[in-house]
Amino acid sequence: MIIAATLEAYSMNKTEKIVDIKNLKVEFEIKQSFIEEIFYKKRKIVKAVDGVNLEIYHGEIVSLVGESGSGKTTLGKAILNLVPKHEGDILFKGKSINFNNKKEVKKFRQKAQMIFQDPYQSLDPRNLIIDATAEPLEVNNLINNSAERKKKVIKALEDSGLAPGENFLYRYPYELSGGQRQRVAIAGAIILNPDFIVADEPVSMLDASIRTGILKLLLDQKKINSLSILFITHDLSLAWLISNRIAIMYLGKIVEIGESDEIIKKSCHPYTKALLDIMPIPEVHRNRKRKVLSGEIPNSSDIPKGCRFHTRCEYAFDPCRLEEPELKKIKKGHFVACHLFREGAENE
Amino acid sequence: MALLRVNNLKTYFQISAGIVKAVDDVSFVLNNGESMGLVGESGCGKTTTALSINKLLPQEGKIVSGEIFLEERNILKLNDSEIKKIRWNDISMIFQGAMNALNPVMKIGDQIAEAIILHKKVSYKEAIEKSEELFKLVELEPKRISNYPHEFSGGMKQRAMIAMALACDPKLIIADEPTTALDVMVQAQILNLLDKLRKEVNMGLILISHNLSILGETCDKIAVMYAGKIVELGNVEDIYDNNMHPYTNQLLSSFPNIHKEKKIPEPIDGIPPDLINPPSGCRFHPRCLYAENICKEKEPEMIKINENHDYCCHFGGIFNE
Repeated sequence: MIIAATLEAYSMNKTEKIVDIKNLKVEFEIKQSFIEEIFYKKRKIVKAVDGVNLEIYHGEIVSLVGESGSGKTTLGKAILNLVPKHEGDILFKGKSINFNNKKEVKKFRQKAQMIFQDPYQSLDPRNLIIDATAEPLEVNNLINNSAERKKKVIKALEDSGLAPGENFLYRYPYELSGGQRQRVAIAGAIILNPDFIVADEPVSMLDASIRTGILKLLLDQKKINSLSILFITHDLSLAWLISNRIAIMYLGKIVEIGESDEIIKKSCHPYTKALLDIMPIPEVHRNRKRKVLSGEIPNSSDIPKGCRFHTRCEYAFDPCRLEEPELKKIKKGHFVACHLFREGAENE
Repeated sequence: MALLRVNNLKTYFQISAGIVKAVDDVSFVLNNGESMGLVGESGCGKTTTALSINKLLPQEGKIVSGEIFLEERNILKLNDSEIKKIRWNDISMIFQGAMNALNPVMKIGDQIAEAIILHKKVSYKEAIEKSEELFKLVELEPKRISNYPHEFSGGMKQRAMIAMALACDPKLIIADEPTTALDVMVQAQILNLLDKLRKEVNMGLILISHNLSILGETCDKIAVMYAGKIVELGNVEDIYDNNMHPYTNQLLSSFPNIHKEKKIPEPIDGIPPDLINPPSGCRFHPRCLYAENICKEKEPEMIKINENHDYCCHFGGIFNE
C-alpha cells in the first residue's frame, strides 16, 4: 500500500480536530527524605510535560518521537487522564473535557484508548483472553449477556488478525507469542470502537518480521474505522513510514512538528537533525561519519534555562542560553522552536 | 589469519518435551580484526551459538558435534580449567541486558578489578589502576569507578560492561544485543564506541542483533540465521545489495528505509518454527513466498557464489526475477 495516496486523501478532509491539546503540563513531585523536607524549603519537581500544544485531526496518525525521558509516554498518558493530575486543556471533538467530572471522563475514555508497549506485561497472566478483551465492555456496562459478549470479543479478535477468534478465547497469555499478545491488546483497545488511540511503542518489543504485521493492522483500523492515532516511538524511520505528521519532543516540549516527509527531508531543529543523523538505515555504511550527541538527556527536574537543548547543541549562541524559543511557523504546517529560524524563513 | 573457526556446530537442548535443535550445523570463519554480525529473529539460535563458543551453556544444553577453533586450539577439547583461562583473556562476552549483569552491591571498579585479578597476576592496586584506564577508554570519568551500579544510567552501565569485557585485552569480543534496551542516541554512542575500540585494539567482534539496520555500519560481514541454521553469509555488501535467500530479502525489507519508496513491507507470515520438530526440507519453506515441492522434500545445500558469499536455497535470488 502506498501511503502517499492516503496522505493526499487525509489532507483533503483535514477539517475536524479529534483531539486538541492546549498548553498541557504534567508535573511530578520527587519524594524527599524527612531531613531534606525540613531544611530545604524548595520542593523538587519533575516537569515531564512542560507546555505542549498539539492538534490531531480526524483519521490522522501523528508520531511523537524523542529519546527516553523526553516525556512522550507521559504526554500520551496525560491525554487519556492516566496521570494523577495535569494542567491545561484537552478538547475532544471540539469540547473541553472536565476531568473532575467522572461521568464525562468515563464517556471520553470509551472513545479514546491506549495500546501499551510491552505485551508481556500489559496482559494479566491469570486472565483468559476472552476476559481480558471483554473487560472494557464490562467496565462500561455495555453488554447484557454472555452470548453477546462472546460475539463482540470474537469480532474484535478477528479484526485484530487473530482468526478464527474462537480458538483464542479460552487461552492464557503465556500460550501466545509476543505478536499475538500485542494483537490481543489491540483487540481490547478497538472493541469499544474508539475514535482515538494512543499507541505507546506498540512494536518496539517485537521482532522485525512480526512488526510489519502489527503496523499494517493499525493502518487498516485507521482506514476502516477512520481512527486517529497518536503513535509514540523512538524510531524516526518507523514514524516516517506510518504517520502523516511527526512531532519531535525534547525534555517535555515539542521542538519541531510537520508533515512526515518534511521532517525527514527538510528538518530544521538541530535536535531533529541529530536524531536523523543517528537513525539506522538498512544499507551498507562502511566508515559512515555521523554526529552523535554526547551525554544523555538532562534530568527533567533541572531543565536548562533558555533553550532546553542548548547544552547539547553545537550551534548554540548567546540568545539560546537566555531566552526560550517559541514554536514558530516557518512554512505551511511546519513549526520549529529554535532561535536559528525566523518566522516564515525557509531553510537557511 | 583465522581467529575463530566454527565447523558444523550442533548444540541441542534436552528438555522434557524433547530435543531442541537450537543450533544445527553452523559453520563460519572470523578473521583477526574482523567484525561479524549475527542476525535473526528471537529463538533462531544466535545466543546459543555465542554461548557455545564460550562454553557457557546451561545444564540442559550440549554441544553434540562440531569443532570450534580459536586460532590453533580446539576449544571443545579443552577441560574446564583450560577454558577458564581462555574466557576473558582470549574471548570475552558482553551479555544481553548488561544493565542487570552488574552486581548491585559492589562498586563498579571492584567488579572490573575482580575480573583482572582472577586472570592476571596483579595486585589490587594495579587492577584498580587498569580499571581507571579502561574507564577512560570507554569514555567514562575514571573517578567514577568507585560508584555503585545504581548511580549509573543505562548507557553508562553498558559502557562499564564493555570496559569489563576489555579488561584482559581479549582477541575476540562477543556482544549479545549490546544496545537493545538502550535509547537511540545511546545506541549510536555504544556502536561508535565498539567500532572505535575494535579498530584501536585490533580485535575480532561478533555482534549479535535482531536489528539488521544497525549492522550495516559496524560489521564487515553478516551471517543470517534462521531456525538454528545459517541461511546466508556474506560481506555486508553481499547481504544488503546482492542477497540471494528469500528470508534475508524479506527481513531486510522489514526495516524502513528513508531512501527508498515509502510503503509498508509485506510481513513474513507465520511464526518461527518449533525447533523440536523443525519443518522438513528447507526450514523456511512454510513461511516462504516462493516455496515449491522440492523445498518441502529436500534440504538445500550451501551454495557458494564467491569467496565470501554463501547461501542455502533451492531458488536463490528468485525474488529478483
